[in-house]
Amino acid sequence: MHAANGCVTILNQMVQYYAARFDASFAALSDATRRGVLEQLGRADASITDLADKFHMTLTGMKKHVGVLEQAGLVTTEKVGRVRTCRLGRRRLEEEAAWIESYRQLWDARFDELDKVVEELKRKEKVDGRHKKK
Amino acid sequence: MDATRKNEPTPMKHRTTAERKSERELVVTRTINGSARLVFEAWTRPELFKQWWVPKSFGLSLLSFDADVRVGGRYRLVFSREGSEPVAFYGRYLEVTPHSRLVWTNEEGDDGGAVTTVTFEEKGGKTLLVMHDLYPSKEALDDAIASGSTSGFSETFDQLEELLITLGASVGRS
Repeated sequence: MHAANGCVTILNQMVQYYAARFDASFAALSDATRRGVLEQLGRADASITDLADKFHMTLTGMKKHVGVLEQAGLVTTEKVGRVRTCRLGRRRLEEEAAWIESYRQLWDARFDELDKVVEELKRKEKVDGRHKKK
Repeated sequence: MDATRKNEPTPMKHRTTAERKSERELVVTRTINGSARLVFEAWTRPELFKQWWVPKSFGLSLLSFDADVRVGGRYRLVFSREGSEPVAFYGRYLEVTPHSRLVWTNEEGDDGGAVTTVTFEEKGGKTLLVMHDLYPSKEALDDAIASGSTSGFSETFDQLEELLITLGASVGRS
């Protein structure tokens, strides 16, 4: 009984956690400037000042956008001295790792089939070899 | 002869690795149980290539594959997924070294696509395949990954939705 309830609780927490993450991500991505900022950070890290200049915005306006992206886990920031540097968050890296894993699985399935084709070729050659010897 | 055949162990399945080697490179490796000559043949003869390039689990069908496997020769693959338009992939062979190396371009994209190099390295009757994709820029590879990730994202979202429905149903019952 306890175990069953425990499972549901964990599952619920997971669902709530992911739902919140998805909501935050969608909200973050619903804005063209914020999508532009992500694209920009995909090329290189940048300070908030750099980003404000690039997107012709005030520092305060850019800080707000970066804040939303940070909340969604899409961007992380680090303050060194007077400069706050922004870079792509871990979420982006996790997505990349997930993509590479699915790419690996695709090739794994393909190569399993290739193994079969080569096995068949080997078998045929053995048979042909035997015929030729006769 | 047949008796020894029965006692032969089932060939070992080797591990496939995939890695983003640098900002512009993806590398996939795998060892295949067979000589480089046979693996090369399975890669370059269309009737053999068709048998393995699209595993059944993909839900895709390979409508055609034409390849003129020599330096400067062209290839063209046409796929279809049920209910959608056929998609073509095509390019040119830049290098063809029998049983050891193939290099081709991937030209279906908008900008200059990746260049793929496959090397076949035989050792003890087995062949190590190294497939290397070099993208024209970091952005090109990022974009390739991002477009795939986005579709993964929607799949994850579908799964989440299913999970919510299941949970809703079980809550309703209790």
